[in-house]
Amino acid sequence: MTSLWPRIEPLLPRVQKPARYIGCEDGALSPEHGPDKVAWLLLYPDSYEVGLPNQGLQILYEILNERDDAVAERSYAPWTDMEALMRAEGVPLFSVDTHRAAGAFDLLAFNLSAELVYTNVLNCIDLAGMPVRAAERSAADPIVAAGGHCAFNPEPLADFVDIFVIGDGEEVIAEITEVIGRWKADGPTDRDAVLRALAAVPGVYAPAMYDVTYDGPRVMAVTPRHPDIPAVVEKRTIADLAAWPYPKQQLVPLTEVVHDRLNVEIFRGCTRGCRFCQAGMITRPVRERPAEQVREMVSAGLARTGYDEVSLTSLSSADYSGIADVVKGIIDDPACSGQVGVSLPSLRVDAFTVGIASEIQKVRRTGLTFAPEGGTWRMRQVISKLIREEDLYGAVESAFSQGWRRVKLYFLIGLPTETDTDTLGIAELAKNCVEIGRRYTKGASVTASVGGFVPKPHTPFQWFGQDTAEELMRKVNLLRDATKRTGVTLRWHDPKATLAEGIASRGDRRIGAVVEDVWRHGGTFQEWSEHFDLSLWTAAMERAGLSTDDYVHRHREADEVLPWQHISAGLHKDFLWQDWQEALAEAGVEDCRWTPCYDCGACTEYGIEHVVASNTPPAGGSQGTGQDLRTGGAVPVTLLATRR
Amino acid sequence: MTASAPNRHVRVRFAKVGKVKWTSARDLARMWERAFRRIELPLAYTEGFSPRPKVSFGLALPTGCESVAEYLDLELAPDVVVELDALPAALSAALPVGVDVTAVAELEGGAPSLQHAVTSCRWEIEVDGTDLDLASLVATALAATELPVTRERKSKVVTDDIRPAIITLDVGEGMAGTTLSAELATLARGVRPVELLRALSPDLRERRVTRTHQWIERDGARREPLPAATTDAPHVIARAS
Repeated sequence: MTSLWPRIEPLLPRVQKPARYIGCEDGALSPEHGPDKVAWLLLYPDSYEVGLPNQGLQILYEILNERDDAVAERSYAPWTDMEALMRAEGVPLFSVDTHRAAGAFDLLAFNLSAELVYTNVLNCIDLAGMPVRAAERSAADPIVAAGGHCAFNPEPLADFVDIFVIGDGEEVIAEITEVIGRWKADGPTDRDAVLRALAAVPGVYAPAMYDVTYDGPRVMAVTPRHPDIPAVVEKRTIADLAAWPYPKQQLVPLTEVVHDRLNVEIFRGCTRGCRFCQAGMITRPVRERPAEQVREMVSAGLARTGYDEVSLTSLSSADYSGIADVVKGIIDDPACSGQVGVSLPSLRVDAFTVGIASEIQKVRRTGLTFAPEGGTWRMRQVISKLIREEDLYGAVESAFSQGWRRVKLYFLIGLPTETDTDTLGIAELAKNCVEIGRRYTKGASVTASVGGFVPKPHTPFQWFGQDTAEELMRKVNLLRDATKRTGVTLRWHDPKATLAEGIASRGDRRIGAVVEDVWRHGGTFQEWSEHFDLSLWTAAMERAGLSTDDYVHRHREADEVLPWQHISAGLHKDFLWQDWQEALAEAGVEDCRWTPCYDCGACTEYGIEHVVASNTPPAGGSQGTGQDLRTGGAVPVTLLATRR
Repeated sequence: MTASAPNRHVRVRFAKVGKVKWTSARDLARMWERAFRRIELPLAYTEGFSPRPKVSFGLALPTGCESVAEYLDLELAPDVVVELDALPAALSAALPVGVDVTAVAELEGGAPSLQHAVTSCRWEIEVDGTDLDLASLVATALAATELPVTRERKSKVVTDDIRPAIITLDVGEGMAGTTLSAELATLARGVRPVELLRALSPDLRERRVTRTHQWIERDGARREPLPAATTDAPHVIARAS
């Protein structure tokens, strides 16, 4: 009997939301395990409601289960009430598909989408019944793998994770499966041997195969232990999204989750060059899905799932070539009988985008969200988010005049070179938006949501010293005063959580001890404000003898070895440094999709190109600046029509 | 389409058994909405700014309880041909494993809503292996003139007497040990099976709770809102477990 269900079910009357643990989603599989199959447990280290919709995990789940030599199941971090019962009753972490013990799989593969889930990763490994430290595991223990955006700085988890997968996972999971399959067939005895074989797979980083040396507080070098281990691990990139129309059977959960709708990824990568945005830097180049395939995935997905809403996902969906036609096609599709809602995450700030939004939200025009990020034009040039005030006011006017009543604006505080004038600019912009709104409706509501900026690896801001929690709070208070009695609702992210995120974001291998210490002191679900506790993090830093100032608030030197320097997203360090210098000089860069190549390295290093359906800039211009982009030189794009 | 044609009122009887019992009544409502869209059932919609399909659910089944006697009423758009005989199979296929439609029938117009028509429910409650003398606990409860139960409601502690809502209560032997069989009233202060157990003894733990019947009592006669078709419950339970 491999199913733990008879031991799990008696716990369910005693926990909140028991449906988190039953599986049974439409699209879920009950794969047959066997000695000739490599068994993957795909884990999302946060609650079921947050993890279930994750598209990356669902894509890998399908690709692996289509293979003859692999099976894949899923698991999520059990909520604290369930965890307590599992520990009391001796029930280990289990999959939700066939309720098999995590320890019975060959790999536990974690999706890392945020730093504050790191302690949950350790908790899941522990609940699986294994030593949390990789060095203490035996050959019989599953291999612990991790991928996702945070894997681009793997060092804080290097002591706990056996292999990291850098970049797109679609292709590399096949190669990993084959290596593990051969190891299993030979009688898996030598864990070091399999890690060494895995480290030879392009895109795979096995931290145990590298030595880190330090010079006081600085990293001196990260050196491979063997000649066959690469000095730099290059990310994997799928050249053509059209070859991967996944998920084909998106999971439909039986209980409420976030993003509870059909999701269709319309492109991967982003070329806007916003300097604070790690996702935009590490997922280059842009690879559009052909419009015909988008339409097929939408109509097949809606028919299969019964959802009445589809989200066209990407980092900047209004930039998709011919987005207006695709949206109109879905709304006018007779099969959808006018009942289907379309949502576009990451709206661009311009009237053109509001035009598309008005096509979509014919009935319920409640709220629209824009992200100017910076409060002044100067600030927005520094971060290269080239939205003019006119663009924002035009978009907001267009929204209120077309019946929307609520506008939400996202901003960052603690950005490089920020002055109080820039911070207060946020209040100015928001106040002006209220005034525009009141011309159209008395009930106009404007919310300004501010988050503290955390510098991320592989971005031009990776050298920048993050603001202290006190400084961020001072800026929040400036904004609280400036927005009093203005009709602006101000919301802010807890600066303490921003600090903890900063510790993990650019940490080196020594931060592993801190992550472990926080976990050992009960610090799980740190993404959740009801569980987050900064004192756990500061105490752990102190016990490890590490300086928060040094890891979080210090500006890095030009010639300093960065702890993630042996991981490459293709971006030349020279390019990032030059872009950092241009940021300090308050010069933004244009979208490289329609302007000459800046030779960042993401395309040229890997011999790949942007794949787009049209090389004509969209109406509204790049980033809404309205600049004439047709004067640019040759751009390395592959048009979908000429794609081989 | 003639504007005057009336909507067709249809009652659906279904089971909710197996792992899916751990979903809530709200979750179940969403499963039905998706199933209706998947089979493109031409439901009638409410008028107004954001039209909703005309579907009404009966008494909510507590999360964690199974049932072979759940009901919902729906209205079909007028002048659309829908083969009711084909509906149970089509809906069951579009619903999660464990939610199975066992009967569908057209209702007379003007029938009272399920919520108001149902007067009592019959429950089978498997009780976890216990040293307690169930028979004497039941005898004591039935002999009592009142059975007070306290619960928190909107952060206020309320005490009610549930004795009047216990219509019958018997002890029997089930497949997995002791089973209580209870008929509990739904109107006024209704009683949930778990509340009944706690009132008998705080040490009693339910293993498996199944609603087997919902009863409508009118003019002294008792009937189900819709009898199950003959190919029914045992088969359904076998499929989901």
